[in-house]
Amino acid sequence: MTQILMPALSPTMTEGKLARWLKREGEAIKAGDIIAEIETDKATMEVEAVDEGTLTRILVPEGTDAVAVNTPIAELDGGAGAAAVPAAAPAAAPPAEAKKEAPASVPAAPIAAQAEKDWGPTRTMTVREALRDAMAAEMRADKDVFLIGEEVGQYQGAYKISQGLLDEFGPRRVIDMPITEHGFTGMAVGAAFTGLKPIVEFMTFNFSMQAIDQIINSAAKTLYMSGGQLGCPIVFRGPNGAAARVAAQHSQCYASWYAHIPGLKVLAPWSAADAKGLLRAAIRDPNPVIVLENEILYGQSFECPTADDFVLPIGQAKVEREGTDVTIVAFSITVGLAMQAAEALAAAGISAEVVNLRSLRPLDTATIARSVRKTNRLVTIEEGWPFAGIGAEVAMQILETCFDDLDAPPVRVCGADVPMPYAANLEKLALPRLEQVVEAARKVTYK
Amino acid sequence: MAETATRKPRGKGAREPAITRDQLTRAYRDMLLIRRFEEKAGQLYGMGLIGGFCHLYIGQEAVVVGMQLCLKEGDQVITSYRDHGHMLATGMEARGVMAELTGRIGGYSRGKGGSMHMFSREKGFYGGHGIVGAQVSLGAGLAFANWYRQSDNVALAYFGEGASNQGQVYESLNLASLLKLPCIFIIENNKYGMGTSVDRASASKDLSKNGVPWGIPGEAVNGMDVIAVKEAGERAVAHCRAGNGPYLLEMKTYRYRGHSMSDPAKYRTREEVQKMREQNDCIETARRLLLDSHGVPEAELKVIDDEVKAIVQDSADFAQTSPEPDEAELWTDVLLEKAR
Repeated sequence: MTQILMPALSPTMTEGKLARWLKREGEAIKAGDIIAEIETDKATMEVEAVDEGTLTRILVPEGTDAVAVNTPIAELDGGAGAAAVPAAAPAAAPPAEAKKEAPASVPAAPIAAQAEKDWGPTRTMTVREALRDAMAAEMRADKDVFLIGEEVGQYQGAYKISQGLLDEFGPRRVIDMPITEHGFTGMAVGAAFTGLKPIVEFMTFNFSMQAIDQIINSAAKTLYMSGGQLGCPIVFRGPNGAAARVAAQHSQCYASWYAHIPGLKVLAPWSAADAKGLLRAAIRDPNPVIVLENEILYGQSFECPTADDFVLPIGQAKVEREGTDVTIVAFSITVGLAMQAAEALAAAGISAEVVNLRSLRPLDTATIARSVRKTNRLVTIEEGWPFAGIGAEVAMQILETCFDDLDAPPVRVCGADVPMPYAANLEKLALPRLEQVVEAARKVTYK
Repeated sequence: MAETATRKPRGKGAREPAITRDQLTRAYRDMLLIRRFEEKAGQLYGMGLIGGFCHLYIGQEAVVVGMQLCLKEGDQVITSYRDHGHMLATGMEARGVMAELTGRIGGYSRGKGGSMHMFSREKGFYGGHGIVGAQVSLGAGLAFANWYRQSDNVALAYFGEGASNQGQVYESLNLASLLKLPCIFIIENNKYGMGTSVDRASASKDLSKNGVPWGIPGEAVNGMDVIAVKEAGERAVAHCRAGNGPYLLEMKTYRYRGHSMSDPAKYRTREEVQKMREQNDCIETARRLLLDSHGVPEAELKVIDDEVKAIVQDSADFAQTSPEPDEAELWTDVLLEKAR
């Protein structure tokens, strides 16, 4: 004898009305026959028989309301080979003793602050050259690394980052794409699932929104969804944030968008050394890594180590300038602004320490906290909008780790909370300005 | 044992038989395994042992089983969320699939993926994707990897006729054709994208021609007939392996069950479903062919039926006894540690 149980017909159903029996006691039933109709709060559903046999007894008459899921509703006299419906309740969850101390849900564990390694001799180079050199070095070292994107090959890069790479590596490793971000991003993610290591260039990160589903739902989540089987070693890179006079759709910072996502790493280089060292680390990393570059920085020159094996660790901030009175936390182009502000503040007798985040996820909370414990004051700068931005996250992490060390509430300097305007004067007002940073530092130091 | 052809080859002259007795026997067994597995999954869902979404493949078994007969080692398969059949057809173990459905540690994704997210690189199965149409671009990426590595493997990207209206599908057709990627785009046209019939969703009335603007050859195939699927699949695979670029197959098929477990299926009549089951069922057709044309004795099929039943029952037992994942599993598999 087999019991037929009240089935769950949706993810949320706990009970339902047994509206109608389509089979009577004594009737023969084949697998697939509709035996009853059940009304849930959403719909009337048909119940198919799973087993064969004769319906011997109806236990719940039609018209009965609120029949709980898993209640026996009828009995079936099993015909030959009928698979018994196990009447037992769902297998119990493992005993509660298995409970372990679960790690607290702190995003991206901070890495212990470390001294910057001395990489020896340097030479002056632009951020543009540093990015190209990083890709070329990694492509020479690993034949699975390739560059794909719009205008990366024959055009030599929309912003000339990939200059010369097509000549050196050929069209199978420097692959021009039509304007089809959603498609080629998905394609690159699929290739990465097989172990290849794509570098996807977005002409600007504004266009990554066309492909953001593939970045988040496919690249970032698949390792977890596969229980650790299917990694996605891929880099998404390109200019992020405001350029100059390109208006709202082409001037947006995606830092907090991507830094929100578990399964991604997010880097934001400022100098040529950052660019080269971080991009090389990103390409070698077995996870999906977002590298947020900045168009205005591409042409700026910095000293950069010349050592062949130069690479920077992901997850470590850099103290660009030491100070004692206020910590200014910045990333990407705003590090330059922070350095200018520190200079201006020094003239006013305020000693500012500048922390270049370099990595937004994981965030180097340890380095920021160490600085704040010294200065007792925090100012953050970003081009992005204030709401749920990187500044908000940095401030919260500091509140969580060293609230008692603060002598003033942290202050954020952010992009104005409006779409980017085109007019030159308004655009200037919409981006963080030197006087705002100086003013913020004065405010937290009460000077 | 002498192998007999069951179908006259198309065209003129002597050709290889469409399907051998052994191949058809294997196909029968694999289709039956999927059918019984899905029935059991539906049953466990009804008991509350499987949660969330559960999209059953019942009715469509001939598509994936027929295509699988055309593949070789190293070929890749990717599909949407209606994926249990594809897993079993690629050789993934019923136990691991069923235990994933019940959210247990013995599941392919250690209970962290569920019905829509299972993978086996070893078997060439790349998921299991929940965003309608996303697997088509990803599938083009699997084919891209074959192109990049200059292997002669092919990638199969399965999607429904509902997904065929997604923009990234057309982007992928274009890219695959541009780069001549060895990708077979397989539209499993089961007539309904959830509750919307294909007539209400696609202005294109012949989906097999959806690749034509990009120069991709396409065929409409009787997806309820495993032999027709295999024949078309072999043409597609040969085209791709030879470096001619992508191919598109529209499999005309039918799902007997709702879109997911909570679908009342009021958008079609009971008679329509019943007619399909009675006249076109892929398993019944294969069974008749084996008995009538290949002279396979009933007893031999009974052995297969019993074997399949035992595998499914074993998987259901395993799926209920395998423990839930340890709580520490919440925090693992977010990122890989080792850098190159």
